[in-house]
Amino acid sequence: MTQPIIQLSGLDKYYGNFQALSQINLDIKTGEFFSLLGPSGCGKTTLLRAIAGFEVISAGSLHIDGASMEDVPANQRPTNMVFQSYAIFPHMSVSENVAYGLKARRLPKAEIEKRVAEAISMVGLDGFGDRASHGLSGGQRQRVALARALVLKPRVLLLDEPLSALDKKLREQMQSELRQLQRAVGITFVLVTHDQEEALTMSDRIAVMFDGEIAQVASPQELYGKPTNRQVANFIGQMNFLDAKVMGVDGDKVLVDVQSLGKLTLDLHQATGGIEGCNVVGVRPEMLTILDGSQAAEREIEAEVCEVFYYGDMTYYEVILPFTEAKITITMRNTAGRKVLGEGETARVGWSQSSLLLLK
Amino acid sequence: MKRVQRWLRGEGAQGLFLISPTLVFAVLLLAIPLIMVVALSFWTQDYLTLDRTFTTANYQTAWTEPMYQYLMARSLKISMFVTALTIFLAYPVAYFISFRVPPKRKAMWIFLITIPFWTSYLIRIFLWKVILGYNGVINGSLTGLGLIDQPLSFILYNQNAVVLTLAHAWVPFAILPIFVALEKVDRSLIEAAEDLGDSKLRRFLRVTLPLSMPGVIAATIIVFIPTIGDYVTPRLVGGPNGLMISNMIELQFKKANDAPLGSALAISAMAIVTFVSLIFIWLNRKYIRGPGA
Repeated sequence: MTQPIIQLSGLDKYYGNFQALSQINLDIKTGEFFSLLGPSGCGKTTLLRAIAGFEVISAGSLHIDGASMEDVPANQRPTNMVFQSYAIFPHMSVSENVAYGLKARRLPKAEIEKRVAEAISMVGLDGFGDRASHGLSGGQRQRVALARALVLKPRVLLLDEPLSALDKKLREQMQSELRQLQRAVGITFVLVTHDQEEALTMSDRIAVMFDGEIAQVASPQELYGKPTNRQVANFIGQMNFLDAKVMGVDGDKVLVDVQSLGKLTLDLHQATGGIEGCNVVGVRPEMLTILDGSQAAEREIEAEVCEVFYYGDMTYYEVILPFTEAKITITMRNTAGRKVLGEGETARVGWSQSSLLLLK
Repeated sequence: MKRVQRWLRGEGAQGLFLISPTLVFAVLLLAIPLIMVVALSFWTQDYLTLDRTFTTANYQTAWTEPMYQYLMARSLKISMFVTALTIFLAYPVAYFISFRVPPKRKAMWIFLITIPFWTSYLIRIFLWKVILGYNGVINGSLTGLGLIDQPLSFILYNQNAVVLTLAHAWVPFAILPIFVALEKVDRSLIEAAEDLGDSKLRRFLRVTLPLSMPGVIAATIIVFIPTIGDYVTPRLVGGPNGLMISNMIELQFKKANDAPLGSALAISAMAIVTFVSLIFIWLNRKYIRGPGA
């Protein structure tokens, strides 16, 4: 087991009386693509800037590559950053921008030229070296920012919402390019984003943050499949919640009284964040099915369709469950021969007990 | 008729109406006198009678007579020193206000800088005479402290005094454009320079200073152009060795009764200022456009 490249323990950050980060404990492994995900104002950018050295931490410790970063200024840390605005020097050409850090290190001219050419070619900007930086498009500016940071071969590359300024199509293309680039160079990437889809598709692991605290650290699949609380479940994708009351625990089984569904016996591991304080049952919209004709499911319940959103390949249904009027969303793939139900019709909703999560 | 009406409603015409008071003012008070001075410079004067036959003799005198050459060179030298000293004094102040003063207080600091303008320039010159004079503040304190036996004479009635007085007067005008240029420097660029490994001094020299150059050049033009033609400062604190070209132009128009030669000197000085300013404007465009453009 190799040592984590970044170790944060008990890290706090205050701005006056406002606590921006609270008790951050986090290990980031060498060579992984790690994302800090959360809504705006959750402290993810502050955490990234603390790692880079632009924010002085109020308490706790920060180690990079085993060395304490206390009193180490940003210009001496083994990290480099891709800024949200890209921060391309407007008075320099593309190659001068990329050469900036190498010149700061006073490397010989021949080596600088060689490494700049390599970096420019690595990000697919061959032939752009002599271009003025202010004539570049958003995507090209981002590539320059990447080349400028990666040419220094940092131990960690920090990326602050690097894709948020790009249009949707370019963003999707850059997602896969960034992923490939990270695999190719083998450098640890730490990405800050508020876009859950971006985090899920690119990362090896994700830390979800709310209000200055880390709520969960997990792989994308685990985060989506087994969120440890209601807030995380709601932020990563969509989830239906039904009020629930834990009646009792017996070995690895839990007896729960769920709104509209009645008393159920669930496995203890379905309480992903621990059984303590659980008061809702969650289920993803795509885990539910609307049964067609003679189809059967492990469990079924009849519900009234109240709204239908037709998306072509998918249909989103909102249905009202009997007895308690709880509203839930169901997404269905429009496969051949499947009839799209209309508002007011009665649907047979099929579900399985194992798709439920017990959360707080 | 229709065409005239349409033109009157157009954007170009409206723009002209908007600037028309200024335009009339400029034509009456700048263009016409200027044309008169240009015309005068090609004539000759004998006591009070003007000879209106065309001649370039005044320009030949202005450019070949050693005394005029010398005065022109001295004026250029003094205004260059003033400009350099002004920028040198103004840059740190502008930097301080832009980078160290909290955003809420910046307006107040800019306001404080205008305080010297609350008193007349003439009074400020006389104050410098009080400070620099033979029995002035500096000499008085230095002799009082026993540091010197004789009052220093090199601080008043010479070129040093002109440079000092003018620089003090023009610093606020230089602070403003430099401050504006520094405010426009994207702070993330300076962070990027730090992130890429530069120390404080190096990131100032490689990022902040080059990006604030348009402001420095604007300040240079603002200070250089008026000071080269300054007339009152050398007259009051310059002494015989501190006189500049404008003092000579005045002499020609008044005591020497040679308005044509005075005009030729004035137009020559204008040509030199234009030439130097064009160099600065060219430099400015280079900085604004950046490389490769």
